[in-house]
Amino acid sequence: MADAPALPDAEAALAELAARMAPAVAHDAAFVGIYSGGAWVAERLAKVLPGDHPVGFIDVAFYRDDYKRSGLKANTRRTELPFDVEGATIVLVDDVLYTGRSVRAAINELFDFGRPDTIELAVLVDRGGRELPIEPTYTGTRLAVARDLSIVLSRDDSGRLAIGVEPAAAP
Amino acid sequence: MTARNPQLNAEGKLTHLLTLEGLPASVIAEILDTAHPFVSVGEREVKKVPLLRGKAIFNLFFESSTRTRTTFEIAAKRLSADVINLNIGASSTSKGETLLDTVDNLVAMNADMFVVRHAQSGAAHLIATHLAATGRPHVHVVNAGDGRHAHPSQGLLDLYTIRHYKKDFGALSVAIVGDVLHSRVARSLIHGLSTLGAPDIRVIGPATLLPTGVESLGVRRFHDMRAGLAGCDVVVMLRLQNERMRGALLPSTGEFFKHYGLTAEKLALAKPDAIVMHPGPMNRGVEIDSAVADGARSVILPQVTFGIAVRMAVMSMIAGN
Amino acid sequence: MRIAIRGGQVVDPASGLDRIATLCIADGRIAALGEAPEGFRADREIDATGLVVAPGLVDLAARLREPGQEHKATLDSELRAAIAGGVTSLACPPDTDPPLDEPGLVEMLKQRARFLQRAHVYPVGALTRRLEGAELAEMGELVDAGCVAFSQADRPLVDTQVLLRAMQYAATFGHRVWLRPQDAHLARGGVAHDGDVATRLGLPAIPVIAETVALATILAVVRATGVRVHLCRLSSAEGVALVRAAKAEGLPVTADVGVHHLHLCDVDVGWFDPLANFVPPLRATRDRDALRAGVAEGTIDAVCSDHAPVDDDAKQLPFAEADPGATGLELLLPLTLKWASETATPLASALARITCRPAAILGVDAGTLAVGAPADVVVFDPRRAWRLERAALESQGKNTPFLGFELVGRVCATLVAGAIVHERR
Repeated sequence: MADAPALPDAEAALAELAARMAPAVAHDAAFVGIYSGGAWVAERLAKVLPGDHPVGFIDVAFYRDDYKRSGLKANTRRTELPFDVEGATIVLVDDVLYTGRSVRAAINELFDFGRPDTIELAVLVDRGGRELPIEPTYTGTRLAVARDLSIVLSRDDSGRLAIGVEPAAAP
Repeated sequence: MTARNPQLNAEGKLTHLLTLEGLPASVIAEILDTAHPFVSVGEREVKKVPLLRGKAIFNLFFESSTRTRTTFEIAAKRLSADVINLNIGASSTSKGETLLDTVDNLVAMNADMFVVRHAQSGAAHLIATHLAATGRPHVHVVNAGDGRHAHPSQGLLDLYTIRHYKKDFGALSVAIVGDVLHSRVARSLIHGLSTLGAPDIRVIGPATLLPTGVESLGVRRFHDMRAGLAGCDVVVMLRLQNERMRGALLPSTGEFFKHYGLTAEKLALAKPDAIVMHPGPMNRGVEIDSAVADGARSVILPQVTFGIAVRMAVMSMIAGN
Repeated sequence: MRIAIRGGQVVDPASGLDRIATLCIADGRIAALGEAPEGFRADREIDATGLVVAPGLVDLAARLREPGQEHKATLDSELRAAIAGGVTSLACPPDTDPPLDEPGLVEMLKQRARFLQRAHVYPVGALTRRLEGAELAEMGELVDAGCVAFSQADRPLVDTQVLLRAMQYAATFGHRVWLRPQDAHLARGGVAHDGDVATRLGLPAIPVIAETVALATILAVVRATGVRVHLCRLSSAEGVALVRAAKAEGLPVTADVGVHHLHLCDVDVGWFDPLANFVPPLRATRDRDALRAGVAEGTIDAVCSDHAPVDDDAKQLPFAEADPGATGLELLLPLTLKWASETATPLASALARITCRPAAILGVDAGTLAVGAPADVVVFDPRRAWRLERAALESQGKNTPFLGFELVGRVCATLVAGAIVHERR
């Protein structure tokens, strides 16, 4: 890959994201990570940031807007929200923010559980290319890549996060 | 005389659910895996996901069944679909409208999916074939029970239940007890278990209630219930209908219960952790003792919960293909 | 009209004739076989080079649906189908609406058929009034009106005492009785052969014993009364075995099989294809093989079409609700030739099953090409392949599992009573 962009270090981006969130985020905000990369980031943030932050996980498969085109993909992950969404302060966490559609789906799903007080958005990587009017409240780092590539977060056995690129899956 | 399985579309994706026979193991596994997260949707406060919003699902029940129709209705509504119930019964046939005419009229009203129950074997296949022949690939059929032939969504929820409690099909002994001859539930479960590799499937009943050549389905036949239950992991009790007495197939429910009813004493012959299943509705004291039906090994109520999730999975997979 | 058919392979199973020869027709009869007689000037010559010239086919069972079921088919369309299929004589069963239990109905049917001037129609009369199996029909009157035999069509006689008396009465006058061996109780509610396929598909089933129990009963009555019985539409290996034993014993029985049953079996029901719904049902492979062997060895004397035109509405229903039966007049020849080629049966032997043997069972002057015999002739191309499409059928019944198949054997010309009634091209 001759034109491989220089990829940022995920751990550094995570530290940057946590630093931005520390002074601003509510003490009792719940962190809800979007599977699977967002879930890892949410877990790490909850460990590192002070305060009592319940951690939940959200699977957006049933709320995606590309169902008619792509059908339903088999998945076994369940949304788990171990706190009362009604009246909650939530930080939605995702690894890569791109078109904004996953975040839209996650917000819709959260509202089916109750009416939160506020929802903020924390993303590890913002790659631009928005198709909906959605902006992150907290960003770790920015990275632009070609349209035919996907940015993926991986986690090794020791829990260390890494940012990579791979060819985008066919629509 | 075509033998191509009409349930799969040209890309090999599930477009109708007509029977478990001939459905690849990968497709069955996909349905069970998809059902898993749907179970938790039923545990939320807002028991809905927007997947089938705007879709029109018609419950076409030519044979009345409040129970099955209700579970399909709940499943469709949890997917945010619009559900229309049609109990055809005798009314349409007395006006002379054929099954296919009814289907054509509803397709003209923009039906996206039919959930069909009919007293005749092959009714769901007839509709699916007709839709294919008349060029409507986006209208789907789910067989909710056709005569004695198949009840695939029941088979799937039975498989889901077994998988939930027993995990691996590869070493299971499953006993199916009762009126196998007339049972679409039994046929579907047998096909599903064979496909998923259950090595020991047994049918238990009197000679009058076991079909000719049932062994060709890959099962062992038993007339002695005690022998048939020995060492089983799963016991599935089938419902006995009253008509069987009139057809000279059985003398009485009392005699049936004596030989083939599931009591604690007979259940003790199965494995200590065997589970007891029943498609419902149960005839207490005919096929199954109340104590067993309500006992610790009975998973009859979880079957119902799983049934809604499995039907949600089937409908959402099919509608997206 | 004087006609000469030249250059064809003339096959007459009854006499053993099988060579290239000229067939001359005059005054509605066969005038000469072999060489044209001195001074014979034909008004019409048919060039039959490369073709087979055979007796017009004799079909023991063809439903014409008149009177009463004209929405399924009419005399007009079905007799046109007959001659298109090379069938020049056919017997129609009594299950019309009303059934053929009245001399007036039989006369009317014969008259209408005669008027159309196509195939010869030989009505089979009802054995019991309204086919209800309780009271005897007026067999004498019906014979006078033109019936050649008596049967219950597809409605088996349940009351064995009535069966015995009907057979005794028929025996008194030498009437022929044709019976379908099917026990009403054992077959009740069934639509498919009781075997692996019906078990898998969950279709109500008819066991083989429905046929063998009925056969055993009929044969016992034959033994007791000496009545001549023709057994219609055998379907099982055990059934063939019983008939073989009965013939060996010297009982006066003959038997036939429907041509579809020589080829298809229960697996052909596929996913509930109503076109494969037959009465008797298509049974297992071993039964089909036994039927084929039965025809080859002569235990089964004749092959018939069992022609049953069904309207589309009555077939596009769930399997058990669909009307049974298939269109057959135009398939009798190609399907018989298909059986012959698959079993290496010589042409003359195969043709015997659909010409002279059924004619003998009917007891009519047909199925042969002897000099002086009525000039009922079929000229066909034994090698010509054609695709069986709805549009290719003259019959109103387009229902057959062979739709879309390529068949071999095409009728080129059909003559009845010395007149060319059908010609292709």
